[in-house]
Amino acid sequence: MASVSWGLATSHVPPIGAAMDNHKTADPYWKPLFDGYGPARKWMAGHQPDVAVIVYNDHANFVGLDMVPAFAIGAADSYAIADEGRGRRPVPDVAGAPELSEHLIRELIDDGFDITTCSKLDVDHGLTVPLSVYCPDPGDAWPCAVVPVLVNVIQYPQPTAARCFALGKALGKAIRSYPRDIKVAVFGTGGMSHQLAGARAGLINPRFDRMFLDAIERDPASLAALSREEYIAQAGTEGIELIMWLVMRGALSDALVRVHETYHVPASNTAAGLALFEDLGG
Amino acid sequence: MTQVSLARDNYVLDLAQARRGYALNRLLGSLMDPANRQRFGRDEAAYCADYGLSEQQRRAVVERDWAELLELGASVFYAFKLTMVDRTSMQHLSAAFTGMSPVEFAAVMAAGGRNFG
Repeated sequence: MASVSWGLATSHVPPIGAAMDNHKTADPYWKPLFDGYGPARKWMAGHQPDVAVIVYNDHANFVGLDMVPAFAIGAADSYAIADEGRGRRPVPDVAGAPELSEHLIRELIDDGFDITTCSKLDVDHGLTVPLSVYCPDPGDAWPCAVVPVLVNVIQYPQPTAARCFALGKALGKAIRSYPRDIKVAVFGTGGMSHQLAGARAGLINPRFDRMFLDAIERDPASLAALSREEYIAQAGTEGIELIMWLVMRGALSDALVRVHETYHVPASNTAAGLALFEDLGG
Repeated sequence: MTQVSLARDNYVLDLAQARRGYALNRLLGSLMDPANRQRFGRDEAAYCADYGLSEQQRRAVVERDWAELLELGASVFYAFKLTMVDRTSMQHLSAAFTGMSPVEFAAVMAAGGRNFG
């Protein structure tokens, strides 16, 4: 049977990807962030999964406003890199894992989560930056296949934090019931505190972020209990992306070990966080 | 004379905002395409008319009145597409809401960002 090997929570800010694409990771501005990634990257390179399930959101690049699915899962053979308006990132297309996608979608729908399915999905920085955080030099191909899981965090009302956590639990159960002996990593992406518009643009809340980094391991239910309005007030209008970390955390068992974490301000307008957990419960 | 509007604390893209800004966000999203950026650059007002923008929305686009754009229904992720035409950045856009210059705003972020307690 399949197992959940580890979970990675990471910010997905475009300039983090651009810093790698433009070979600026040793610049004084970026070096502290990438130094912070070092131990996590080393550990992940020694624990490569067969498939990464990546929970992310699109940023007005593919999904649009005509139809906004609350939760959607890619079911394609592969996913092209979206051109967000400045040319596509110089990274490989993303190979899918369509049989696992099909299994997850069926299991989740049977479990009461009415998932939208995507047979074509161009993936934006929300997905590719976390892949680059995991694997900075993929060469011609990423080292694992990917199942993209989209969460609407752009248009209100978003799914609640509690619903994201519940989806994660169902997702973990669905992965573990997949009848093939593969290792799966789950990525929860976005955050941490940031706000791009309005008079509070530039908001950073390190107190909330530190609390979140701690509670995502030890007390995720307390984070799932926070309202949409509390996320906005504390973490900013775009910091609500943090609800996607709860999908990842829900997919892990409680027999988890924190491998590494790092927190750095700023990555452009955003507090960048990373937390890596090994799941000993499989 | 360019008039710049004051920003509210928070803008959220709820369904009323999505309805108000539907044509506007559609225009802004179209600027991901280089050919559309060229066409927009040749005559911004005419391009706005093609997308059915209101007079207020047209003015906000042409004058880059960012707070007004959000008041009139734009999502910040769509407004960002206009910075690609201008070859600026998200930080440039964010700064505009705060009354700081982009350089001042970048310095504030580098020093730890804006803590509202």
